[in-house]
Amino acid sequence: MKIIVAIKQVPVRDSQLRVEANGRWIQEADLSFEINEPDAYALEEALQLKEKHGGEVIALCAGPARAAQTIREALAKGADRAIHIEEENLNTLDTLGVAKLLAGAVKAENPDLILTGLQSDDLGYGQTGVVLAELMGIASSTIIMQVEVNDKSIRVKRELEDGWFQHITMPLPAVLTIQSGINKLRYATLMGIKKAKSKEIKRMTLAELGTAATATATIEKIYVPHKSKQTQIFEGDAKTAAAKLVEKLKFEVRVI
Amino acid sequence: MSVLVVLEQTGGKWNRMSWETFVAGQQLASELATELYAAIPGSGVAALAAEAATKKCAKVYAVEHELLKDYTADAYTTAVEALIRQVNPTLVLFPHTYQVRDFAPKLATRFSQVLISDVIAVRIESGSPVFVRLLFQGKLNGDVRVSGGGPYFASLQAGSYRVEALESGSAAIENFVPSLDAVSIRQKPEAPFRESARAVDLTTAEIIVSVGRGIKEKENIPVVEELAKALGAELAASRPICDAGWLPMERQVGSSGQTVAPKVYMAIGISGAIQHLVGMKGAKTIVAINKDANAPIFEVADYGIVGDLFEVVPALVEEVKKAKGHV
Repeated sequence: MKIIVAIKQVPVRDSQLRVEANGRWIQEADLSFEINEPDAYALEEALQLKEKHGGEVIALCAGPARAAQTIREALAKGADRAIHIEEENLNTLDTLGVAKLLAGAVKAENPDLILTGLQSDDLGYGQTGVVLAELMGIASSTIIMQVEVNDKSIRVKRELEDGWFQHITMPLPAVLTIQSGINKLRYATLMGIKKAKSKEIKRMTLAELGTAATATATIEKIYVPHKSKQTQIFEGDAKTAAAKLVEKLKFEVRVI
Repeated sequence: MSVLVVLEQTGGKWNRMSWETFVAGQQLASELATELYAAIPGSGVAALAAEAATKKCAKVYAVEHELLKDYTADAYTTAVEALIRQVNPTLVLFPHTYQVRDFAPKLATRFSQVLISDVIAVRIESGSPVFVRLLFQGKLNGDVRVSGGGPYFASLQAGSYRVEALESGSAAIENFVPSLDAVSIRQKPEAPFRESARAVDLTTAEIIVSVGRGIKEKENIPVVEELAKALGAELAASRPICDAGWLPMERQVGSSGQTVAPKVYMAIGISGAIQHLVGMKGAKTIVAINKDANAPIFEVADYGIVGDLFEVVPALVEEVKKAKGHV
Protein backbone atom coordinates (compact mmCIF):
# COMPACT_ATOMS: atom_id res chain seq x y z
CA MET A 1 0.00 0.00 0.00
CA LYS A 2 1.05 3.55 -0.64
CA ILE A 3 1.12 5.64 2.52
CA ILE A 4 1.73 9.37 2.75
CA VAL A 5 2.79 10.83 6.08
CA ALA A 6 2.35 14.56 6.52
CA ILE A 7 4.98 15.88 8.92
CA LYS A 8 5.75 19.32 10.28
CA GLN A 9 8.90 20.85 11.68
CA VAL A 10 8.42 22.73 14.97
CA PRO A 11 10.70 24.31 17.62
CA VAL A 12 12.17 21.70 19.98
CA ARG A 13 10.05 21.13 23.02
CA ASP A 14 12.18 22.82 25.66
CA SER A 15 12.74 25.99 23.61
CA GLN A 16 12.68 29.31 25.41
CA LEU A 17 10.29 31.25 23.21
CA ARG A 18 10.57 34.97 22.64
CA VAL A 19 8.02 37.03 20.78
CA GLU A 20 9.15 38.99 17.71
CA ALA A 21 9.21 42.77 18.01
CA ASN A 22 6.15 43.03 15.75
CA GLY A 23 4.27 40.72 18.14
CA ARG A 24 3.06 38.45 15.37
CA TRP A 25 5.35 35.44 15.70
CA ILE A 26 8.25 34.06 17.72
CA GLN A 27 11.93 34.85 17.14
CA GLU A 28 13.12 31.85 15.19
CA ALA A 29 16.77 32.78 14.71
CA ASP A 30 18.16 31.10 17.85
CA LEU A 31 15.81 28.12 17.93
CA SER A 32 16.46 24.50 17.07
CA PHE A 33 13.76 22.57 15.26
CA GLU A 34 12.58 18.98 15.21
CA ILE A 35 9.75 16.83 13.89
CA ASN A 36 6.40 17.56 15.54
CA GLU A 37 6.04 14.76 18.08
CA PRO A 38 2.63 13.35 17.03
CA ASP A 39 3.92 13.34 13.43
CA ALA A 40 6.86 11.20 14.53
CA TYR A 41 4.33 8.63 15.78
CA ALA A 42 2.42 8.89 12.48
CA LEU A 43 5.65 8.22 10.58
CA GLU A 44 6.44 5.24 12.80
CA GLU A 45 2.94 3.84 12.24
CA ALA A 46 3.36 4.19 8.47
CA LEU A 47 6.72 2.40 8.59
CA GLN A 48 5.23 -0.44 10.64
CA LEU A 49 2.28 -0.78 8.25
CA LYS A 50 4.69 -0.97 5.34
CA GLU A 51 6.69 -3.67 7.09
CA LYS A 52 3.50 -5.67 7.55
CA HIS A 53 1.77 -5.07 4.22
CA GLY A 54 4.49 -3.92 1.84
CA GLY A 55 4.32 -0.79 -0.29
CA GLU A 56 5.79 2.65 -0.02
CA VAL A 57 6.00 5.43 2.56
CA ILE A 58 6.25 9.01 1.33
CA ALA A 59 7.03 11.83 3.74
CA LEU A 60 5.22 15.06 2.89
CA CYS A 61 6.26 18.31 4.51
CA ALA A 62 5.29 21.92 3.96
CA GLY A 63 7.83 24.26 5.47
CA PRO A 64 10.82 26.54 4.88
CA ALA A 65 14.23 25.38 3.66
CA ARG A 66 15.26 24.37 7.20
CA ALA A 67 12.56 21.66 7.18
CA ALA A 68 14.84 19.67 4.83
CA GLN A 69 16.66 18.45 7.95
CA THR A 70 13.46 16.94 9.38
CA ILE A 71 12.67 15.39 6.00
CA ARG A 72 16.14 13.78 5.86
CA GLU A 73 15.54 12.30 9.30
CA ALA A 74 12.25 10.79 8.13
CA LEU A 75 14.05 9.27 5.15
CA ALA A 76 16.78 7.96 7.45
CA LYS A 77 14.16 6.25 9.59
CA GLY A 78 12.82 4.46 6.56
CA ALA A 79 10.53 6.63 4.43
CA ASP A 80 11.15 5.77 0.76
CA ARG A 81 10.99 9.27 -0.66
CA ALA A 82 9.72 12.73 0.23
CA ILE A 83 7.87 15.74 -1.06
CA HIS A 84 8.90 19.13 0.28
CA ILE A 85 6.55 22.03 -0.32
CA GLU A 86 9.17 24.70 0.20
CA GLU A 87 7.77 27.98 1.40
CA GLU A 88 9.32 30.46 3.82
CA ASN A 89 6.14 32.20 4.86
CA LEU A 90 3.61 29.50 5.62
CA ASN A 91 2.50 31.57 8.59
CA THR A 92 0.56 33.81 6.23
CA LEU A 93 -1.70 30.86 5.39
CA ASP A 94 -4.34 29.44 7.68
CA THR A 95 -4.90 25.70 8.11
CA LEU A 96 -7.23 25.60 5.12
CA GLY A 97 -4.52 27.19 2.99
CA VAL A 98 -1.90 24.69 4.17
CA ALA A 99 -4.27 21.74 3.70
CA LYS A 100 -4.94 22.94 0.14
CA LEU A 101 -1.20 22.88 -0.56
CA LEU A 102 -0.92 19.37 0.86
CA ALA A 103 -3.95 18.22 -1.13
CA GLY A 104 -2.42 19.64 -4.30
CA ALA A 105 0.84 17.80 -3.70
CA VAL A 106 -0.88 14.51 -2.80
CA LYS A 107 -3.34 14.39 -5.70
CA ALA A 108 -0.98 12.93 -8.29
CA GLU A 109 0.17 10.24 -5.85
CA ASN A 110 -3.18 8.50 -5.33
CA PRO A 111 -2.27 7.16 -1.88
CA ASP A 112 -4.20 4.41 -0.07
CA LEU A 113 -3.69 6.00 3.30
CA ILE A 114 -2.58 9.37 4.65
CA LEU A 115 -1.33 9.65 8.22
CA THR A 116 -0.44 12.74 10.22
CA GLY A 117 -0.11 13.71 13.86
CA LEU A 118 -3.29 14.76 15.65
CA GLN A 119 -1.98 18.27 16.19
CA SER A 120 1.14 20.39 15.94
CA ASP A 121 3.10 21.45 18.98
CA ASP A 122 3.35 25.02 17.69
CA LEU A 123 -0.01 26.22 16.33
CA GLY A 124 -1.98 23.30 17.71
CA TYR A 125 -5.05 23.78 15.52
CA GLY A 126 -5.39 20.00 15.30
CA GLN A 127 -7.24 19.94 12.01
CA THR A 128 -4.91 19.82 9.01
CA GLY A 129 -5.50 16.09 8.52
CA VAL A 130 -9.29 16.35 8.74
CA VAL A 131 -9.40 19.31 6.36
CA LEU A 132 -7.10 17.49 3.92
CA ALA A 133 -9.52 14.52 3.90
CA GLU A 134 -12.49 16.78 3.25
CA LEU A 135 -10.69 18.56 0.41
CA MET A 136 -9.82 15.19 -1.15
CA GLY A 137 -13.30 13.81 -0.59
CA ILE A 138 -12.10 10.83 1.44
CA ALA A 139 -12.99 9.50 4.90
CA SER A 140 -11.14 10.53 8.05
CA SER A 141 -10.87 9.63 11.68
CA THR A 142 -8.90 11.30 14.45
CA ILE A 143 -6.93 10.60 17.63
CA ILE A 144 -6.06 7.08 16.49
CA MET A 145 -4.31 4.55 18.74
CA GLN A 146 -4.29 1.47 16.47
CA VAL A 147 -4.60 0.72 12.76
CA GLU A 148 -5.59 -2.62 11.17
CA VAL A 149 -5.54 -2.84 7.39
CA ASN A 150 -7.98 -5.27 5.72
CA ASP A 151 -7.91 -5.27 1.93
CA LYS A 152 -9.99 -2.23 0.94
CA SER A 153 -10.81 -0.98 4.42
CA ILE A 154 -9.23 -0.15 7.74
CA ARG A 155 -10.35 -0.70 11.31
CA VAL A 156 -8.95 1.84 13.72
CA LYS A 157 -9.03 2.35 17.46
CA ARG A 158 -10.05 5.89 18.24
CA GLU A 159 -9.39 7.46 21.62
CA LEU A 160 -12.37 9.05 23.36
CA GLU A 161 -12.29 11.06 26.56
CA ASP A 162 -11.83 9.67 30.09
CA GLY A 163 -10.06 6.47 29.09
CA TRP A 164 -12.69 5.24 26.61
CA PHE A 165 -11.96 3.92 23.12
CA GLN A 166 -13.94 2.92 20.08
CA HIS A 167 -13.25 0.84 16.99
CA ILE A 168 -14.28 2.33 13.66
CA THR A 169 -14.15 0.73 10.23
CA MET A 170 -13.94 2.84 7.08
CA PRO A 171 -13.06 2.40 3.42
CA LEU A 172 -9.68 3.28 1.90
CA PRO A 173 -8.35 5.73 0.93
CA ALA A 174 -8.61 7.57 4.22
CA VAL A 175 -6.82 10.12 6.40
CA LEU A 176 -6.02 9.28 10.01
CA THR A 177 -4.65 11.64 12.64
CA ILE A 178 -2.39 9.71 14.97
CA GLN A 179 -2.16 10.12 18.74
CA SER A 180 1.22 10.17 20.50
CA GLY A 181 2.00 6.86 22.16
CA ILE A 182 0.40 4.62 19.50
CA ASN A 183 3.71 2.82 19.02
CA LYS A 184 7.32 2.90 20.07
CA LEU A 185 9.47 5.27 18.02
CA ARG A 186 12.53 3.90 16.30
CA TYR A 187 15.88 5.60 15.93
CA ALA A 188 17.52 6.04 12.56
CA THR A 189 20.30 3.52 11.98
CA LEU A 190 23.67 4.43 10.56
CA MET A 191 22.73 2.48 7.44
CA GLY A 192 19.43 4.38 7.28
CA ILE A 193 21.21 7.72 7.47
CA LYS A 194 23.55 6.65 4.68
CA LYS A 195 20.71 5.45 2.47
CA ALA A 196 18.71 8.62 3.05
CA LYS A 197 21.28 10.63 1.15
CA SER A 198 20.36 8.99 -2.13
CA LYS A 199 16.58 9.09 -1.61
CA GLU A 200 14.46 11.40 -3.70
CA ILE A 201 13.12 14.67 -2.27
CA LYS A 202 10.75 16.28 -4.72
CA ARG A 203 10.52 20.03 -4.18
CA MET A 204 7.32 21.87 -4.98
CA THR A 205 6.51 25.54 -4.65
CA LEU A 206 3.43 27.52 -3.75
CA ALA A 207 3.29 28.86 -7.30
CA GLU A 208 3.36 25.35 -8.76
CA LEU A 209 0.53 24.23 -6.52
CA GLY A 210 -1.38 27.31 -7.51
CA THR A 211 -3.46 27.95 -4.43
CA ALA A 212 -4.43 31.48 -3.62
CA ALA A 213 -3.60 32.45 -0.06
CA THR A 214 -6.82 33.90 1.24
CA ALA A 215 -6.61 33.34 4.97
CA THR A 216 -9.87 33.95 6.81
CA ALA A 217 -8.16 33.56 10.19
CA THR A 218 -4.95 35.39 11.00
CA ILE A 219 -2.92 35.56 14.17
CA GLU A 220 -2.88 39.24 14.98
CA LYS A 221 -0.75 39.14 18.09
CA ILE A 222 1.01 36.58 20.27
CA TYR A 223 2.03 37.12 23.87
CA VAL A 224 2.91 35.47 27.15
CA PRO A 225 -0.37 34.60 28.91
CA HIS A 226 -1.53 36.92 31.63
CA LYS A 227 -1.31 35.15 34.96
CA SER A 228 -4.70 34.69 36.57
CA LYS A 229 -3.39 33.15 39.75
CA GLN A 230 -0.84 34.40 42.28
CA THR A 231 1.84 31.77 42.63
CA GLN A 232 3.96 31.87 45.73
CA ILE A 233 7.45 30.82 44.61
CA PHE A 234 9.77 29.46 47.26
CA GLU A 235 13.28 30.71 46.67
CA GLY A 236 16.64 29.52 47.88
CA ASP A 237 18.52 26.28 47.44
CA ALA A 238 16.66 22.98 47.14
CA LYS A 239 16.70 22.31 50.87
CA THR A 240 15.50 25.79 51.88
CA ALA A 241 12.74 25.84 49.28
CA ALA A 242 11.65 22.32 50.20
CA ALA A 243 11.49 23.21 53.89
CA LYS A 244 9.32 26.28 53.16
CA LEU A 245 6.95 24.25 50.99
CA VAL A 246 6.58 21.50 53.60
CA GLU A 247 5.82 24.11 56.24
CA LYS A 248 2.97 25.43 54.06
CA LEU A 249 1.67 21.93 53.44
CA LYS A 250 1.76 21.17 57.13
CA PHE A 251 0.40 24.35 58.71
CA GLU A 252 -1.79 25.97 56.03
CA VAL A 253 -2.91 23.23 53.67
CA ARG A 254 -2.81 20.73 56.54
CA VAL A 255 -2.11 17.56 54.67
CA ILE A 256 1.01 16.48 56.55
CA MET B 1 -26.24 37.90 12.05
CA SER B 2 -26.72 35.41 14.90
CA VAL B 3 -24.81 33.00 17.15
CA LEU B 4 -25.31 29.23 17.11
CA VAL B 5 -24.03 26.92 19.85
CA VAL B 6 -23.77 23.23 18.98
CA LEU B 7 -24.25 21.19 22.15
CA GLU B 8 -22.86 17.70 22.62
CA GLN B 9 -24.59 14.64 24.00
CA THR B 10 -23.87 10.93 23.89
CA GLY B 11 -26.68 8.41 24.39
CA GLY B 12 -28.96 11.07 25.86
CA LYS B 13 -26.35 12.35 28.34
CA TRP B 14 -24.86 15.82 28.10
CA ASN B 15 -21.22 16.48 27.72
CA ARG B 16 -20.97 19.01 30.54
CA MET B 17 -18.73 21.29 28.48
CA SER B 18 -21.85 22.01 26.39
CA TRP B 19 -23.13 24.34 29.12
CA GLU B 20 -19.93 26.36 29.17
CA THR B 21 -20.30 26.83 25.42
CA PHE B 22 -23.93 27.87 26.01
CA VAL B 23 -22.71 30.55 28.43
CA ALA B 24 -20.20 31.81 25.85
CA GLY B 25 -23.01 31.95 23.30
CA GLN B 26 -25.26 33.93 25.64
CA GLN B 27 -22.54 36.45 26.44
CA LEU B 28 -21.43 36.93 22.83
CA ALA B 29 -24.98 37.17 21.46
CA SER B 30 -25.69 39.83 24.06
CA GLU B 31 -22.53 41.78 23.20
CA LEU B 32 -23.28 41.54 19.50
CA ALA B 33 -26.94 42.45 20.18
CA THR B 34 -28.08 39.43 18.22
CA GLU B 35 -30.03 36.19 18.61
CA LEU B 36 -28.64 33.00 20.12
CA TYR B 37 -29.66 29.58 18.80
CA ALA B 38 -28.76 26.19 20.25
CA ALA B 39 -28.55 22.91 18.37
CA ILE B 40 -28.47 19.35 19.71
CA PRO B 41 -27.61 16.71 17.11
CA GLY B 42 -28.62 13.14 17.96
CA SER B 43 -31.43 10.63 17.98
CA GLY B 44 -34.18 10.93 20.58
CA VAL B 45 -32.98 14.26 21.94
CA ALA B 46 -36.42 15.73 22.76
CA ALA B 47 -35.84 15.65 26.54
CA LEU B 48 -32.44 17.29 26.17
CA ALA B 49 -33.90 19.95 23.87
CA ALA B 50 -36.58 20.67 26.48
CA GLU B 51 -33.88 21.12 29.10
CA ALA B 52 -31.84 23.43 26.84
CA ALA B 53 -34.99 25.46 26.17
CA THR B 54 -35.11 26.48 29.85
CA LYS B 55 -31.95 28.52 29.18
CA LYS B 56 -31.92 31.97 27.68
CA CYS B 57 -31.82 31.76 23.88
CA ALA B 58 -34.11 32.43 20.90
CA LYS B 59 -34.62 28.85 19.78
CA VAL B 60 -33.41 25.31 20.36
CA TYR B 61 -33.04 23.03 17.35
CA ALA B 62 -33.40 19.32 18.04
CA VAL B 63 -31.38 17.99 15.11
CA GLU B 64 -33.04 14.59 14.95
CA HIS B 65 -32.18 11.58 12.84
CA GLU B 66 -31.74 7.91 13.64
CA LEU B 67 -28.43 7.99 11.75
CA LEU B 68 -27.18 10.47 14.37
CA LYS B 69 -27.67 7.94 17.18
CA ASP B 70 -24.06 6.76 17.11
CA TYR B 71 -21.65 9.58 16.35
CA THR B 72 -19.91 9.53 12.97
CA ALA B 73 -17.92 12.37 11.43
CA ASP B 74 -19.78 12.09 8.11
CA ALA B 75 -23.34 12.15 9.49
CA TYR B 76 -22.68 14.91 12.05
CA THR B 77 -20.93 17.10 9.50
CA THR B 78 -23.78 16.81 7.01
CA ALA B 79 -26.49 17.32 9.63
CA VAL B 80 -24.94 20.41 11.20
CA GLU B 81 -24.04 21.80 7.77
CA ALA B 82 -27.70 21.62 6.74
CA LEU B 83 -28.80 23.41 9.91
CA ILE B 84 -26.20 26.15 9.46
CA ARG B 85 -27.37 26.73 5.88
CA GLN B 86 -30.88 27.22 7.18
CA VAL B 87 -30.14 29.31 10.31
CA ASN B 88 -27.31 31.27 8.65
CA PRO B 89 -25.40 32.27 11.82
CA THR B 90 -22.31 34.49 11.80
CA LEU B 91 -20.68 32.63 14.64
CA VAL B 92 -20.85 28.90 15.44
CA LEU B 93 -19.49 27.76 18.81
CA PHE B 94 -18.63 24.23 19.96
CA PRO B 95 -17.15 22.74 23.12
CA HIS B 96 -13.55 21.67 22.33
CA THR B 97 -14.22 17.94 22.78
CA TYR B 98 -12.69 14.91 21.05
CA GLN B 99 -15.90 14.61 19.01
CA VAL B 100 -15.78 18.23 17.86
CA ARG B 101 -12.11 17.84 16.92
CA ASP B 102 -13.21 14.94 14.71
CA PHE B 103 -15.90 16.67 12.67
CA ALA B 104 -15.89 20.46 13.11
CA PRO B 105 -12.78 21.06 10.93
CA LYS B 106 -14.54 19.14 8.15
CA LEU B 107 -17.68 21.18 8.67
CA ALA B 108 -15.79 24.48 8.56
CA THR B 109 -14.10 23.40 5.32
CA ARG B 110 -17.53 23.06 3.68
CA PHE B 111 -17.94 26.80 4.28
CA SER B 112 -14.34 27.58 3.16
CA GLN B 113 -13.58 28.45 6.76
CA VAL B 114 -11.23 27.11 9.42
CA LEU B 115 -12.15 26.03 12.91
CA ILE B 116 -10.56 28.36 15.44
CA SER B 117 -9.86 25.58 17.93
CA ASP B 118 -8.78 25.49 21.56
CA VAL B 119 -10.18 28.97 22.27
CA ILE B 120 -9.97 30.24 25.84
CA ALA B 121 -11.68 33.62 25.43
CA VAL B 122 -13.57 35.62 22.86
CA ARG B 123 -13.89 39.38 22.83
CA ILE B 124 -15.77 41.65 20.50
CA GLU B 125 -13.80 44.46 18.87
CA SER B 126 -15.64 46.89 16.63
CA GLY B 127 -18.44 44.44 16.05
CA SER B 128 -16.39 41.36 15.20
CA PRO B 129 -15.01 38.59 17.36
CA VAL B 130 -11.35 38.21 18.31
CA PHE B 131 -10.50 34.71 19.53
CA VAL B 132 -7.81 34.09 22.12
CA ARG B 133 -6.24 30.67 21.76
CA LEU B 134 -3.33 28.70 23.09
CA LEU B 135 -0.14 28.31 21.09
CA PHE B 136 3.03 26.30 21.68
CA GLN B 137 1.42 23.94 24.19
CA GLY B 138 0.13 26.82 26.27
CA LYS B 139 3.43 28.71 26.51
CA LEU B 140 1.96 31.59 24.49
CA ASN B 141 -1.46 32.96 23.67
CA GLY B 142 -2.50 34.25 20.29
CA ASP B 143 -5.25 36.65 19.27
CA VAL B 144 -6.91 35.40 16.10
CA ARG B 145 -8.89 37.77 13.96
CA VAL B 146 -11.29 36.58 11.32
CA SER B 147 -12.39 38.26 8.14
CA GLY B 148 -14.65 37.64 5.18
CA GLY B 149 -18.12 37.60 6.69
CA GLY B 150 -18.26 34.14 8.21
CA PRO B 151 -19.75 31.92 9.34
CA TYR B 152 -16.89 31.70 11.84
CA PHE B 153 -16.32 28.43 13.68
CA ALA B 154 -14.71 28.21 17.11
CA SER B 155 -14.32 25.49 19.74
CA LEU B 156 -13.96 26.48 23.38
CA GLN B 157 -11.55 24.86 25.79
CA ALA B 158 -12.94 23.39 29.05
CA GLY B 159 -13.15 25.94 31.86
CA SER B 160 -13.05 29.00 29.62
CA TYR B 161 -16.57 30.04 30.60
CA ARG B 162 -18.27 29.45 33.94
CA VAL B 163 -21.39 27.30 33.98
CA GLU B 164 -22.72 29.30 36.97
CA ALA B 165 -23.18 32.26 34.64
CA LEU B 166 -25.77 30.39 32.56
CA GLU B 167 -28.95 32.48 32.31
CA SER B 168 -32.39 30.93 32.41
CA GLY B 169 -35.11 31.63 29.89
CA SER B 170 -37.81 30.02 27.89
CA ALA B 171 -37.07 29.19 24.28
CA ALA B 172 -39.03 27.68 21.45
CA ILE B 173 -38.05 24.20 20.29
CA GLU B 174 -37.94 23.25 16.65
CA ASN B 175 -37.35 19.79 15.23
CA PHE B 176 -34.85 19.87 12.41
CA VAL B 177 -34.62 16.66 10.40
CA PRO B 178 -31.55 16.67 8.14
CA SER B 179 -31.52 14.59 5.03
CA LEU B 180 -29.05 11.74 5.62
CA ASP B 181 -28.56 8.40 3.97
CA ALA B 182 -26.68 5.47 5.42
CA VAL B 183 -24.70 4.82 2.23
CA SER B 184 -22.84 8.12 2.43
CA ILE B 185 -21.68 7.55 6.01
CA ARG B 186 -18.27 5.98 5.60
CA GLN B 187 -17.33 5.46 9.25
CA LYS B 188 -18.85 2.35 10.88
CA PRO B 189 -18.43 2.76 14.63
CA GLU B 190 -18.50 -0.05 17.20
CA ALA B 191 -19.51 0.23 20.85
CA PRO B 192 -17.14 2.31 23.02
CA PHE B 193 -15.09 0.32 25.51
CA ARG B 194 -12.57 0.74 28.28
CA GLU B 195 -9.25 -1.04 28.07
CA SER B 196 -9.51 -2.70 31.48
CA ALA B 197 -11.25 -2.16 34.75
CA ARG B 198 -9.46 0.70 36.46
CA ALA B 199 -7.48 -0.70 39.33
CA VAL B 200 -6.37 2.77 40.36
CA ASP B 201 -8.98 5.37 41.20
CA LEU B 202 -7.12 8.66 41.41
CA THR B 203 -10.33 10.61 41.92
CA THR B 204 -10.57 9.68 45.60
CA ALA B 205 -6.95 10.50 46.45
CA GLU B 206 -6.34 13.34 48.92
CA ILE B 207 -2.83 14.00 47.71
CA ILE B 208 -1.48 13.27 44.25
CA VAL B 209 2.16 13.40 43.27
CA SER B 210 2.26 13.61 39.50
CA VAL B 211 5.27 13.32 37.25
CA GLY B 212 6.00 14.54 33.72
CA ARG B 213 8.68 14.62 31.04
CA GLY B 214 11.11 16.33 33.42
CA ILE B 215 11.83 12.94 34.98
CA LYS B 216 13.77 12.13 31.79
CA GLU B 217 14.08 8.34 32.19
CA LYS B 218 12.11 5.40 33.49
CA GLU B 219 14.94 4.63 35.91
CA ASN B 220 14.25 7.95 37.65
CA ILE B 221 10.62 7.20 38.54
CA PRO B 222 11.60 6.01 42.08
CA VAL B 223 12.65 9.60 42.83
CA VAL B 224 9.01 10.73 42.78
CA GLU B 225 7.73 7.40 44.10
CA GLU B 226 9.67 8.12 47.27
CA LEU B 227 7.91 11.45 47.67
CA ALA B 228 4.50 9.89 47.07
CA LYS B 229 5.28 7.29 49.72
CA ALA B 230 6.47 9.89 52.23
CA LEU B 231 3.31 11.97 51.72
CA GLY B 232 0.95 8.99 51.60
CA ALA B 233 -0.02 10.17 48.13
CA GLU B 234 -1.12 8.43 44.94
CA LEU B 235 1.40 8.54 42.12
CA ALA B 236 0.11 9.91 38.81
CA ALA B 237 1.61 11.11 35.54
CA SER B 238 1.11 13.24 32.48
CA ARG B 239 0.43 11.53 29.18
CA PRO B 240 3.98 11.21 27.77
CA ILE B 241 5.06 9.19 30.82
CA CYS B 242 2.24 6.68 30.28
CA ASP B 243 2.78 6.67 26.50
CA ALA B 244 6.37 5.67 27.13
CA GLY B 245 5.19 2.90 29.46
CA TRP B 246 7.07 4.30 32.45
CA LEU B 247 3.86 4.24 34.48
CA PRO B 248 0.63 2.40 33.63
CA MET B 249 -2.05 4.24 31.60
CA GLU B 250 -4.42 4.05 34.56
CA ARG B 251 -2.26 6.58 36.38
CA GLN B 252 -2.66 9.20 33.67
CA VAL B 253 -4.22 12.56 34.55
CA GLY B 254 -5.60 14.76 31.77
CA SER B 255 -8.21 14.89 29.03
CA SER B 256 -7.50 11.34 27.90
CA GLY B 257 -6.95 10.03 31.43
CA GLN B 258 -8.58 10.76 34.78
CA THR B 259 -9.93 14.09 35.98
CA VAL B 260 -8.96 14.68 39.58
CA ALA B 261 -9.63 17.26 42.28
CA PRO B 262 -7.50 16.31 45.30
CA LYS B 263 -6.63 18.50 48.25
CA VAL B 264 -3.08 18.79 46.97
CA TYR B 265 -1.76 18.13 43.48
CA MET B 266 2.00 18.20 43.08
CA ALA B 267 3.08 18.56 39.46
CA ILE B 268 6.71 17.53 39.15
CA GLY B 269 8.51 18.14 35.87
CA ILE B 270 5.17 18.73 34.16
CA SER B 271 5.12 21.71 31.81
CA GLY B 272 1.33 22.02 31.91
CA ALA B 273 -0.05 21.49 28.41
CA ILE B 274 -3.77 22.19 28.34
CA GLN B 275 -4.59 18.49 27.95
CA HIS B 276 -3.03 17.97 31.36
CA LEU B 277 -4.39 21.12 33.01
CA VAL B 278 -8.02 20.24 32.26
CA GLY B 279 -7.55 17.05 34.26
CA MET B 280 -6.21 18.64 37.45
CA LYS B 281 -6.96 22.34 37.69
CA GLY B 282 -9.85 21.57 40.02
CA ALA B 283 -7.36 20.60 42.74
CA LYS B 284 -7.66 22.70 45.89
CA THR B 285 -3.95 23.40 46.13
CA ILE B 286 -1.55 23.01 43.25
CA VAL B 287 2.19 22.77 43.73
CA ALA B 288 4.52 22.97 40.74
CA ILE B 289 8.16 21.99 40.65
CA ASN B 290 9.80 22.78 37.34
CA LYS B 291 13.12 24.04 36.05
CA ASP B 292 11.43 26.38 33.57
CA ALA B 293 9.98 29.43 35.33
CA ASN B 294 7.87 30.13 32.24
CA ALA B 295 6.23 26.71 32.14
CA PRO B 296 2.41 27.06 31.86
CA ILE B 297 1.97 24.91 34.98
CA PHE B 298 2.91 27.98 37.06
CA GLU B 299 -0.21 29.72 35.72
CA VAL B 300 -2.40 27.45 37.80
CA ALA B 301 0.00 26.75 40.68
CA ASP B 302 -0.55 28.12 44.19
CA TYR B 303 2.97 27.23 45.27
CA GLY B 304 6.01 26.74 43.15
CA ILE B 305 9.66 25.87 43.25
CA VAL B 306 11.73 26.74 40.21
CA GLY B 307 14.58 24.26 40.19
CA ASP B 308 16.01 20.90 39.31
CA LEU B 309 13.57 18.23 40.43
CA PHE B 310 16.45 15.83 41.09
CA GLU B 311 17.62 18.19 43.84
CA VAL B 312 14.25 19.48 45.04
CA VAL B 313 12.34 16.20 45.32
CA PRO B 314 14.87 14.35 47.52
CA ALA B 315 15.04 17.46 49.73
CA LEU B 316 11.25 17.42 49.95
CA VAL B 317 11.26 13.75 50.98
CA GLU B 318 13.65 14.62 53.80
CA GLU B 319 11.56 17.57 54.96
CA VAL B 320 8.29 15.61 54.80
CA LYS B 321 9.79 12.82 56.87
CA LYS B 322 11.06 15.39 59.35
CA ALA B 323 7.66 17.07 59.55
CA LYS B 324 6.04 13.70 60.17
CA GLY B 325 8.57 12.98 62.87
CA HIS B 326 10.05 9.98 61.08
CA VAL B 327 13.61 11.21 61.18
